[in-house]
Amino acid sequence: MASNPTPTRPLGHDDPYDVEAIRRDFPALHQEVNGHRLAYLDNGATSQKPRAVIDALTRFYENDNANVHRGVHTLSERATLAYEAVRGKVQHFLGAADEREVVFVRGTTEGINLVARCHVRPRLEPGDEIIVSEMEHHSNIVPWQILCQETGARLRVIPIDDDGALVLERFHEMLSSRTRFVSLVHVANSLGTVNPVRAIIEAAHAEGVTVMLDGAQSAPHMPLDVQALDCDFFAFSSHKVLGPTGIGALYGKRALLEEMPPYQGGGDMIRTVSFEETTYAEVPLKFEAGTPNIADTIALGTALGYLQSVGLDRVAAHEQALLEYATEALAAIDGVRLIGTAPRKAGILSFVVSGVHAHDVGTILDSCGVAVRTGHHCTQPVMARFGVPATTRASLALYNNRDDTDALVAGLYRVKEIFKR
Amino acid sequence: MSALRELYEEVILDHNRNPRNYPKRPPGTNHSAKGHNPLCGDEVAIHLSVKDGVIEDIGFEGDGCAISTASASMLTEALKGKNAEEARALFARVHGLLTEGEDPEVAIATLGKLAVLGGVKDYPMRVKCATLAWHTMMAALEGDETATSE
Repeated sequence: MASNPTPTRPLGHDDPYDVEAIRRDFPALHQEVNGHRLAYLDNGATSQKPRAVIDALTRFYENDNANVHRGVHTLSERATLAYEAVRGKVQHFLGAADEREVVFVRGTTEGINLVARCHVRPRLEPGDEIIVSEMEHHSNIVPWQILCQETGARLRVIPIDDDGALVLERFHEMLSSRTRFVSLVHVANSLGTVNPVRAIIEAAHAEGVTVMLDGAQSAPHMPLDVQALDCDFFAFSSHKVLGPTGIGALYGKRALLEEMPPYQGGGDMIRTVSFEETTYAEVPLKFEAGTPNIADTIALGTALGYLQSVGLDRVAAHEQALLEYATEALAAIDGVRLIGTAPRKAGILSFVVSGVHAHDVGTILDSCGVAVRTGHHCTQPVMARFGVPATTRASLALYNNRDDTDALVAGLYRVKEIFKR
Repeated sequence: MSALRELYEEVILDHNRNPRNYPKRPPGTNHSAKGHNPLCGDEVAIHLSVKDGVIEDIGFEGDGCAISTASASMLTEALKGKNAEEARALFARVHGLLTEGEDPEVAIATLGKLAVLGGVKDYPMRVKCATLAWHTMMAALEGDETATSE
């Protein structure tokens, strides 16, 4: 195949961070919404895609489209090589030791469910405990509740404090010989809190407990090194890291993946099939039944290449500076209360406006061209913890600039004007 | 911006700031239902006191956005004193206004104050905010305990 396209980013890592050059790579950013310049601040829900990713999809379907892992014809070979090359790219992106530790899944949610089903479920006995936290996305609560219902195990919840940080002492108290698994969000989607996962993993390992990280909100925003973190599992979604929807990856330590049973049965996950006996393919194909999401996987590889060419450390620094700028501006607006003020935060600003429901805030901001998320953000326990029905959330990405957050601030003054607050 | 003005008309803002028959569960309540919008998590409860087929008193509880609060508040004003048949007919009218739209002058002539809800139709993501209370009222009237805007 025309080899996987190299990202167009011309920046070297020593160049100053040129956000305007980055913005030019994202076609969707350059449009008017309701007569205003679009300020896209809903990156926690999904990111926009660079031209290189959109082109990778088109190029695959125009030139290389074929099924993978079968067929000896040229197109099938191109598709297979391009598809399998992404495993190495994800390995590199995550800092994994071996590309066989990368399982392709539909997204973070499927990654968590796979681990729940194949790693945790076989180990659970009645009275065993699984630990999550109060700031989890519903996708890191419900799979564990289902397991608990099936097995008589019990879900324990690490509480959060008024700033939206974990109460670590409580975690250490609940970690015991009954604990079988810890599943924790790396960066909380509705609060922005960056959790001290290294310390948690270390403590869990000391008790012989394996740990999964939900990396949906950390993968787009900071350099990752799963070996340094020493997590046992890590999942993220392509569509939040500039790639297409419908694909994601699960990292698992190889020894753990090897001992897990298959996830689903079907083609591609077997070695031999007869009615007497079926043998399974090696890790990771054992977990990937059926024709995979080939085009989107290949475009995910392009997206990761793009992010790495900019440099995740530089992305993190840019977003951190913008977060500080926007936090100060929001805090200065009378009646705006930030929800999530932990000392370590990623680029997420969740807030409530006194006397105005988040949906009304969202509609008025949209009329100003500002795209934000409103609602409970699939974290109803967090909303309950802070006693609010919903929040408005602005979430930053590598291409956001001060014009975007200034538009947010101007929009909030418009909200106050309409609601006479 | 003019469409936005229409959505957040003074009438809607007024009912949001000072919801009528809220929070209220009339003595003699014999029909109640809870409504839930799973998309946004908003909840509303409608309580009816029906005597001899007539809605003698009505109130609502819950937290929601300006559109859903104002819609519920105006609903309680519009239905007091109506019989079940009239309530059903009004539900059908308002539902049509919100989902299909109608000529504003006709709407004002036949629906009065409720016609301001017509502005919501231009905001497809918000229509369910406005219909929630009405679905919940119908559920209460028909003896169901829960309703959703789905």
